[in-house]
Parts: sequence; structure tokens; C-alpha cells
Amino acid sequence: MNILVIGIGNPSRGDDALGPLLIDRLAERDIPGVELLTDFQLQVEYVLDLHGRDAVIFADASVNCVEPYAFSAACASEGSGFTTHSMSPEALLGAYRAHFECAPPTAYIMAIRGYRFELGEELSTPAARNIDAAVAFLATTIRTLITPSSEINGREKSASTNS
Amino acid sequence: MISHLETAEHPEKLRRVAIEPISRVEGHGKVTLLLDEDDHVRQARLHIVEFRGFEKFIQGRPYWEVPVMVQRLCGICPVSHHLAAAKALDQVVGATHLTPTAEKLRRLMHYGQILQSHALHFFHLSSPDLLFGFGSDVARRNIVGVAAAYPEIARQGILLRKFGQEVIRVTAGKRVHGTSAVPGGVNKNLDKDERDILLKDVYQMIGWSRDAVHLARRLFEQNLEEYNAFGRFAAHNLSLVRADGAMDLYHGGLRARDKDGKTLFDHVEYSHYWDYIFEDVKAWSYMKFPFFRSLGPEDGWYRVGPLTRVTQCDFIDTPLADHERRDFIAFDNGRATGATLAYHWARMIEMLHAAEMIKELLHDDDLLGSDLLVQGERQERGVGMIEAPRGTLIHHYRVDENDLVVRANLIVSTTHNNQAMNEAIRRVAEQYLDGRQLTEGLLNHIEVAVRAFDPCLSCATHALGKMPLELELVDAEGTRIDALSRAA
Repeated sequence: MNILVIGIGNPSRGDDALGPLLIDRLAERDIPGVELLTDFQLQVEYVLDLHGRDAVIFADASVNCVEPYAFSAACASEGSGFTTHSMSPEALLGAYRAHFECAPPTAYIMAIRGYRFELGEELSTPAARNIDAAVAFLATTIRTLITPSSEINGREKSASTNS
Repeated sequence: MISHLETAEHPEKLRRVAIEPISRVEGHGKVTLLLDEDDHVRQARLHIVEFRGFEKFIQGRPYWEVPVMVQRLCGICPVSHHLAAAKALDQVVGATHLTPTAEKLRRLMHYGQILQSHALHFFHLSSPDLLFGFGSDVARRNIVGVAAAYPEIARQGILLRKFGQEVIRVTAGKRVHGTSAVPGGVNKNLDKDERDILLKDVYQMIGWSRDAVHLARRLFEQNLEEYNAFGRFAAHNLSLVRADGAMDLYHGGLRARDKDGKTLFDHVEYSHYWDYIFEDVKAWSYMKFPFFRSLGPEDGWYRVGPLTRVTQCDFIDTPLADHERRDFIAFDNGRATGATLAYHWARMIEMLHAAEMIKELLHDDDLLGSDLLVQGERQERGVGMIEAPRGTLIHHYRVDENDLVVRANLIVSTTHNNQAMNEAIRRVAEQYLDGRQLTEGLLNHIEVAVRAFDPCLSCATHALGKMPLELELVDAEGTRIDALSRAA
């Protein structure tokens, strides 16, 4: 299994740091089979980073998701922006499909609720709580994605036998 | 002269249309149009909510941290801020001349940035408008639509961008937010193996860049009258040029010419830029309006960026790009040199120049040298200037005896182009919107004019849910009567 997690955000802008911070926290856990990347925003060349992955997770701060986080599937879409300054995960997946002429890898969005985004601000207290919950959830989820289903079935069988 | 559409008489009697393309946490762009009862445009303004907080963000920091931390001001051109800050702080540490290794490594990084930024702009942002038409089906007018209709163009755009990013990675030390440019030089040289990997691909990049110049030219030729007239306005120009008049995007003296091509000043050493440039303030905009002091705020505004640089330099010292420059200048008796949409053509000439420069530098063994840093007599003040992808960028710092930054002033290319972009949208409003029922396709013409400049919108933050595109129609009483929105 080969999973890419991309943390998006600016570490110097308050809760916009949630994406990169999540990457730092996952790095501490050193999960095999997972590559971690971080940037201020997605750009079109990231389609090349997506290639050959079994799954991709985009982690970003969100101003309107439920607290403490929302984890959802991401689907490819079309769309253009007003400037060159960023792409949405969905548009990136759409660009992947167009570039490689095949379906993009399975993708998810890990949206972590943020509140304050001023330059030079520290992470807010509620956002700090949200990132703790998000890291715990995502680490478990990644391990579930990595673990072959036969192994999970085996463990479940073993657990039921033991009980 | 500033257009009569800057300020309408009796705005309270007019209907207001706001094009709010990007609402960010802070730093966003918005166009407002005031229309009369017959849909005639009476006022058009581009508001870019420039965020000035970054100067405060820098104050109080040790000066050696600044080249790294300024990259957090902007996620799209961090290398430009990194290098402009390092150039300013070279002066603070008394480094009047860098070692060949340091200067060439910085130049290589800069040309990597120019290449990747110009590729992104042309292929990703502008090609949908240019290839499909400004008022074409919005569902197709995007990079995915381009990839479906012109897969090879889309593929080359991505790979050019990726190559530029790789040049940045090997010179800056990291893919994102490098650390190699430091006051007085650099802290690393180029690794030979990485150089050889880049050398394998650079010839392909030159070929594709040349194809892109020809594509930009073809599009201009095919739509000659429209492209020549679209958002056209006369403007003074400002850029850096090398001492011999060549294009130099990393370093040079200031050259300014008026709208008729007459030289206003030339080869000016930029460390006292404020003797030549001043910033005006207008009540309706947060962003300042720079102008040439000698001409005053009404007549002294100017434009910067690729179109200015390609037309103001005496020559480009790489052969393929200079050939294309001469063709561009001669084309249609020089009319294209004043066209807003010729920014794209000029941008591709610069991309070709950047690719050629990268090739030249990769063959230069100075990049493998180990003499990286110089120092001299410590100074209190430093000014760094660079030609960033979108235009002239100024960083200006004052550092106290404790090595802390006590004053910072940054003038970014979008600020230089503020009035010019306003003039462009006013011309387009007159040309395409006046007296007509507004549609998405027509309003996109305004965005096409702004995209030619690709303003920087303090975009270093972009949390999910903060980037809708909104078109809002508000009546004379301020009541919202209709709105459209789409995700960015």
C-alpha cells in the first residue's frame, strides 16, 4: 500500500497551520507505507505526485466543516480559478484524469475546523483540540487502509475465537 | 491620465455589480461596476485588499531569519521574496559583491522560479480563455477542458512547471520554502548529480518553451484586431535592465520610459528608489498607487512585468529568446507591444529566456564551487530589488544595532500595476459591457484583463470554504437582487 498525505496551509497564519501541523504529527508516528508532503496550496504539478498511489489524503484547515473535523471522499471535478494561486483537491483530481487519461487514485479530504487565520497568529485553542482528534482519527484510518483486508478478517476471526 | 470611469458622478443613482472572484481570509480581489438604468458603465474599479500586516510581521525579527520567513508571505512566489530579501540583507552585511558560486546559484533558482511561474500562468490559468474564447462555455473553460481538447499542451504545461520546481528544489535545498539564500551569499552549492539530472531535461524544456512562444503568437495573430484592442491603454513603464541594456531579471538598474517611449530615467541605482517612485493613497482602495515623482500621481502611474521587460530591454542575451523578442517588436509594426493581451506572448518569451539561462548556468562549473559567503562593513539599511515573475519587487529593511529589523517596506508587483490593472478593466468595461445585459461570458472579459497581469492576492492562506467566486448584483439601494457563485 502506498498512501500520500498532503498537508496544505501556511504555518504562520494561525489555524491555517492545521494542514502542515497534521503532517508533522503524522511524521512523529512514522507509519510505514505513507509519504507525507506539505505546501501552501495545491498546484497542477501535484498530479505527478498522485501518480502510482493507492490512496491520497488532502489535509487542510476548513472554516465551515463540522467540529472537530470532517473526513470525506473527494471526487474529480472540473473548474478554473481566477488566478494561478491554488487548486482545489477536486480540480487536481480532474486534472489528473485529463493528464493521465485514467481514474485518479482513491482520494479523501481531511478537513479540520479552524477559526483564526491572521498572519503571525498562533494556533487557536479550539483548533489545537481539533488537531489532536484529527491526528488520532487519521492515524487509525491510515492503518486501516494499509492493512490488507485478509489480515483484518484473520484478526477478527482470531478475536472471535478467543472470546 | 486616469480614465473618467474611475469615479462616477452621482453614484447613488447607479446600479452596482460586484465581481468578487476570491474571498480569502484576507487579501482578495473584487471588481465593482456601477451601471445606469440603460446598463451603461459609469464607474469601474478593481479593489485588491492588500494586506500590509506582513511588514509588521517582519519587524522585531533578527535580520538573518528574514529571507526564510518572508516566504510565508506568499505561497505562489516565495522564491522571489526569498531572493529580494537576501539581496537587501547583502547590503546590511556589507556584501557588495557576491562570490560567483553564490550569485549564479541564486540566479539559477530565480530562473527556475520564472519558468515554473510563467508555465503555470500561461498553460493553467490563461490558456482556457485563449484557446476556447473569452465568452465560451464556462463548463469547458478550465485546465481540464484544455487537457481534453489539447492534451499535449496541457501535458507540456505540467512538465514545464515541474521542471522549474525541480530547479528550485536543488538550488534552494527544499521543494517548499528553501533556505539557501542567506545575507552575503548562499549556504550550499549545486550537487553534481542533481545538475546532471536537470541537464538531461533542459533541452526539452527549451523546445517546449519555444513552442509556447509560437502558440502565444499564433493566438494573437488569429485574433489580431480583438487582441490588439482588448483592454488597451497607454502607460509608462518601469523595469530593471543590465548595465549594457540587456534583460536581467535578477539584478540591474532602473529604467523608466514614458508612454511614447521617451526615457524618463535610466540605469538608476535602486538603493534610493524613493527619489523616483512614490506611493499615492486613494480613499476607495486599500492598495497604494505608486507613481513617478517627476510626473505626479495623476500622470505618473506605470506598469511593470513581462510586457514592460520585453519591450524596454535593448536585447536578450540568449539567442532563441532574443530572436523571438525581435519578431515580437516587429510584428504588426509594433502595435502588439502596447496590447494588454500581449502580456501572454511576452511572458512566453521570458519563459524561453529562463529555460536558456538555466541551460547556460547548468553548464557553468562555478555552481559547484565552495566559496559561498562574503561579508563587509555592516550597514543599517538595505534595499533589494528583483524582477519577479509578475514584475518589479522591492524589499527595504532597516536593522538596528541588535540585529533586529526595525522597519520594513515591501512594494510588490501587483502594487506597481494597481493603476494599470484598473485602466485595463475600464477599457474592457467600455468595450464589451457598456449598454449590454450582463452574462457570465461578458463578465469573464473583465477577469481576462486582470488575468493578463495575474495579480498576487496575498494568497498564502486558503482554508477550505474560503474561495468562492461570486457575482453579485445589487440595486441602487444596496439590495442584493441576484448572485452567482462557483468554487475556485
